[in-house]
Amino acid sequence: MKKHFWITGLIMSAILTITACAAVEQATTLATVVGQTAGVISPTQGEAIRKSTVAVSKSLEDFTPEQEYYIGRAVAAVVLSKYPAYANTQVNQYINTLGQTLAAASDKPEIFGGYHFLVLDSDDINAFATPGGHIFVTRGLIRCCPSEDALAAILAHEIGHVRLRHGMQSIEKARVTEALTVLATESAKTLGSREVAQLTQTFSGAISDIANSMINNGYSRTFEYQADQASVVLVQRVGYNPEGLIDVLKIMEKKLKPGGHDFAKTHPAPQDRIAEIRSHNRTFSSVAAPEIRQERFLNAIARI
Amino acid sequence: MLRIRLIVFALAFLGVLFLPIYANAQGTLSVQVKEGELRATPSFLGKIVDRAAYGDRVNLIEERGAWKKVSLKNGKIQGWMHSSALTTKRLALKAGQTNVQTGATQNELALAGKGFNEQVEASFQKENRNLDYTWINRMETFKVSPDQMRNFLVQGDVTPSSEGGKP
Repeated sequence: MKKHFWITGLIMSAILTITACAAVEQATTLATVVGQTAGVISPTQGEAIRKSTVAVSKSLEDFTPEQEYYIGRAVAAVVLSKYPAYANTQVNQYINTLGQTLAAASDKPEIFGGYHFLVLDSDDINAFATPGGHIFVTRGLIRCCPSEDALAAILAHEIGHVRLRHGMQSIEKARVTEALTVLATESAKTLGSREVAQLTQTFSGAISDIANSMINNGYSRTFEYQADQASVVLVQRVGYNPEGLIDVLKIMEKKLKPGGHDFAKTHPAPQDRIAEIRSHNRTFSSVAAPEIRQERFLNAIARI
Repeated sequence: MLRIRLIVFALAFLGVLFLPIYANAQGTLSVQVKEGELRATPSFLGKIVDRAAYGDRVNLIEERGAWKKVSLKNGKIQGWMHSSALTTKRLALKAGQTNVQTGATQNELALAGKGFNEQVEASFQKENRNLDYTWINRMETFKVSPDQMRNFLVQGDVTPSSEGGKP
């Protein structure tokens, strides 16, 4: 009896020691097989342990970057049904050069389809980032940016939402389980019409979960503060002054209209965000951007 | 008898502990992005020397921070890829596609082309005819090369404090 207790303890510690999800599954399989061989646990018990580990490891991590990409495309389509694209090649080229340079320097530079930026034709002060790396900024928000450093901070905040998977996290837990269950049982062949119908339903649900929190309700304050901090770190890494984020927030504070359906509704108040940023960082330098940078910024957004 | 059992068990236990390390030592990874880029240097500004396709298997040669030096199947071309482009999972591609991996087990949940894919998107679009993908397809063509990024930084007098990714 004593021996059994000791061996069970060893098995449990083997499971607990290795924390990575895939490794846990692997380790559990091995540990339970070993346990069965040693006669400590019955085959049925072993099977039960293996099954529950598989269920637990069904999480967001199991969505491949490819699936996040398709989710992202659909969420982007929903955004574009609310706001039309701003078809100005010059400004779109500029924000893609700036945005993709920032994304390339981030901790998650590679996502399935890459990062792509588009200006939205609206006076609202708003921005969105899909799990697939489609990032949108309204003309109204660009008008709040006094410098390239400020615009860089806005784009870096959105890149932060992608890296931290804030969009994916707003999918309801039950739906994640549902989707991954279909995926687990699905055969390796092309999807049958029943599977497609089932997956499309889950897909639609996931899209409305994300669109709802992104466009209507906003993410949690915590998520926004995390994205602000991610922005501060990223712009500094690339060589911009993070004070740019404070600059744009101050202008936003004056321009946001109470009751508006944009950042006024979905983001914490600019002064709260400023206070939060200040509390996490040392004072940023107040050196003005080089003239040459300011000049190209003003040129690029001249008609915004 | 008890002793032998214990020794066998202890060895199995050690095996479990070192399993992940052993798996890494094999050093084969899958490309998990649509178009993987191999660079001359471990930096986001590094010149692109070759590309790898989704699901391609690469061999790990060296690691430096978040960057991995890898070689493609034939081993001729080597280059640096960011770890976010790679996964230790094997991405079994659908039949009909190139580089088909056989013998995928049911536990390999992450399979390329499965789940939310083109087929599901087409079905979703059919149900949501108000959604227009034109601009999404167009924005996905906006691409900036490492050369353009370098020029952009130089011309704007922007000096990176490090070359991207966690050290």
